Amino acid sequence: MAKALIRVEQLAKEYRMGSNVVPALQGVSLEIGAGEFVAVMGPSGSGKSTFMNLLGCLDHPSDGNYWLDGEEVSRLTGDELAAVRNRKLGFVFQHFNLLARTSALDNVGLPLLYSDLPHAERDERARRRLQQVGLADRLDHHPAQLSGGQQQRVAIARALVNDPQLVLADEPTGALDSRTSVEIMALLQQLNHEGITIVLVTHEHDVAAFAGRIINFRDGRVVQDHANSPADAASILNA
Amino acid sequence: MNFAATLRIALLALRVNKMRSALTMLGIIIGVAAVIVMIAVGGGAQARVEEQIRSLGSNIIMVLSGSMTSGGARGGIGSQPTIFEDDAYAIGREIEEIQAAAPTLRGSGQVVYGNSNWSTVFYGVTPDYLEVREWAIAEGRGFEPAELNGAGKVVLIGQTVAKNIFGDASPLDQVIRVRKVPLTVIGVLERKGQSMTGQDQDDIVLMPISTARKRILGAAQAKSRSVSSIMVKVREGADMGIADQRMRELLRQRHRLQQGQDDDFFVRNLSEILQAQEASSKVMTLLLAAVASVSLLVGGIGIMNIMLVSVTERTREIGLRMAVGARGRDILTQFLVEAVTLSLIGGAIGILLGISGAMAVAELAGWRTELSTASVVLAAGFAGAVGVFFGYYPARKASRLLPIEALRYE
Repeated sequence: MAKALIRVEQLAKEYRMGSNVVPALQGVSLEIGAGEFVAVMGPSGSGKSTFMNLLGCLDHPSDGNYWLDGEEVSRLTGDELAAVRNRKLGFVFQHFNLLARTSALDNVGLPLLYSDLPHAERDERARRRLQQVGLADRLDHHPAQLSGGQQQRVAIARALVNDPQLVLADEPTGALDSRTSVEIMALLQQLNHEGITIVLVTHEHDVAAFAGRIINFRDGRVVQDHANSPADAASILNA
Repeated sequence: MNFAATLRIALLALRVNKMRSALTMLGIIIGVAAVIVMIAVGGGAQARVEEQIRSLGSNIIMVLSGSMTSGGARGGIGSQPTIFEDDAYAIGREIEEIQAAAPTLRGSGQVVYGNSNWSTVFYGVTPDYLEVREWAIAEGRGFEPAELNGAGKVVLIGQTVAKNIFGDASPLDQVIRVRKVPLTVIGVLERKGQSMTGQDQDDIVLMPISTARKRILGAAQAKSRSVSSIMVKVREGADMGIADQRMRELLRQRHRLQQGQDDDFFVRNLSEILQAQEASSKVMTLLLAAVASVSLLVGGIGIMNIMLVSVTERTREIGLRMAVGARGRDILTQFLVEAVTLSLIGGAIGILLGISGAMAVAELAGWRTELSTASVVLAAGFAGAVGVFFGYYPARKASRLLPIEALRYE
């Protein structure tokens, strides 16, 4: 296995609902190496979303440790986590979460707004990433003028714009039809081949089949963690 | 995150909701415009009073003849001639707080020159009168000592008289008749404008007091040397109250009044009346500004209201920004800049509207308005402060959202 990009030990998270304490994640330990393409699966309430939020530095664990790229991030403050998200992580969401009435270029450049890059450099990087996802001719389009698949491509370009080490995709095909889903998966596979580590949350086996490793969650624990020989999305599209 | 980018984000967000932004700004626009117009109106009233003080001359006290009681009926002021030219000279000589004391003898009559004539008031005066009133001669010359002592047949005329009698021609060295007595115009006084009671101060003819007494007012006045009034100017920096007191004492002594006997003269402190008027117009300006400020405050609450709605509406956007690396303070800055931009743009429009409003009031209502840079700066500063103050709470609320909850917000 390659050098571990993610290492979690006894990671736990519980939510307080009034007087009840609901355990969402109960002591998860695992490693994900740099360059892996991992699908996280499980029914709703299994803790997979909580796990993703913790990996994404969007939430603090109740217990346990999390090292990202060798840096212990489970004890960082809110502002420090924001900096980690800005430098090392990229997010892709089910509903794209693009800014309305904002051009594709500006949407992609958004993360760079928070990293003190000069304006010209920001636009240049955003343009390159949009080119990479095949939307070089849609720079000035607003989300409403783009199809679902195109919107998700813009979102992926945004996730890549700050050269992250890890891209977290939460149900990235959940709002797309099946052919577009495969297109998006082909894009993610291509990025993975270029060396980007991807962790994907899904409840669809068809989607998980494109990953090289599948981790199953149930009741806040990992119940299965196995390698998978991935289906090649590009060849499905060409068939 | 640099400021230019923050500003751009704010402007974009405001443009996306044009109608709402415009309505929110309206509160600030009206508030700022109201403050400027009200201060301009109050300032105009104040400037008018100040002008009257200037035209009267500063630190002036008037001494008037007392009243006469005959058969139980009390006459008004001046019904009995009780003050005399020598009283004036004594006041000027003996009281050190007094800069000058000018005896005046007042009368009215028809002024005739060629075909034209004009009814006006005339005053018999000494050169002290011009000093007390701080009144300069626009063209020509003042009275010579020989003319003052020898009832010289000379006059100085005010601008209104000059215009009505001579039109555009020069009045200098022309001979006019006042109550049929021919007198030579030796000078024209500078323009004074309206008095505090609205009288035209330029509708006047001045002549040596001896001339008025001997040649015009006739025998009754010729002997007595009594005068209608004495105008007194107190020295700059001297206490008006003390000067007033000393003058009363001196006059009582000269008039041989016993202890317990009433004054046989009246003293009117005109400057005091005007100063009271000035003070009240200042209070009015403040009051108007305060009322207008309330509308600015209401405008500020409008901003807070809209910003709170905006924060709720854009919760997912906030979550996304946080997910891609925005810190709490970046979000705080963004929303604060939005609120301040809203209030500053509103303030700028309000300033323009306020200035044109003040001009419109001056034009339509005929009120005098006085625009001051201070009021514009004040209103702009206040608008900005309103933006910060009322924008802070919603901005802080936005910055405290948790990224995951904000992202999942439906």
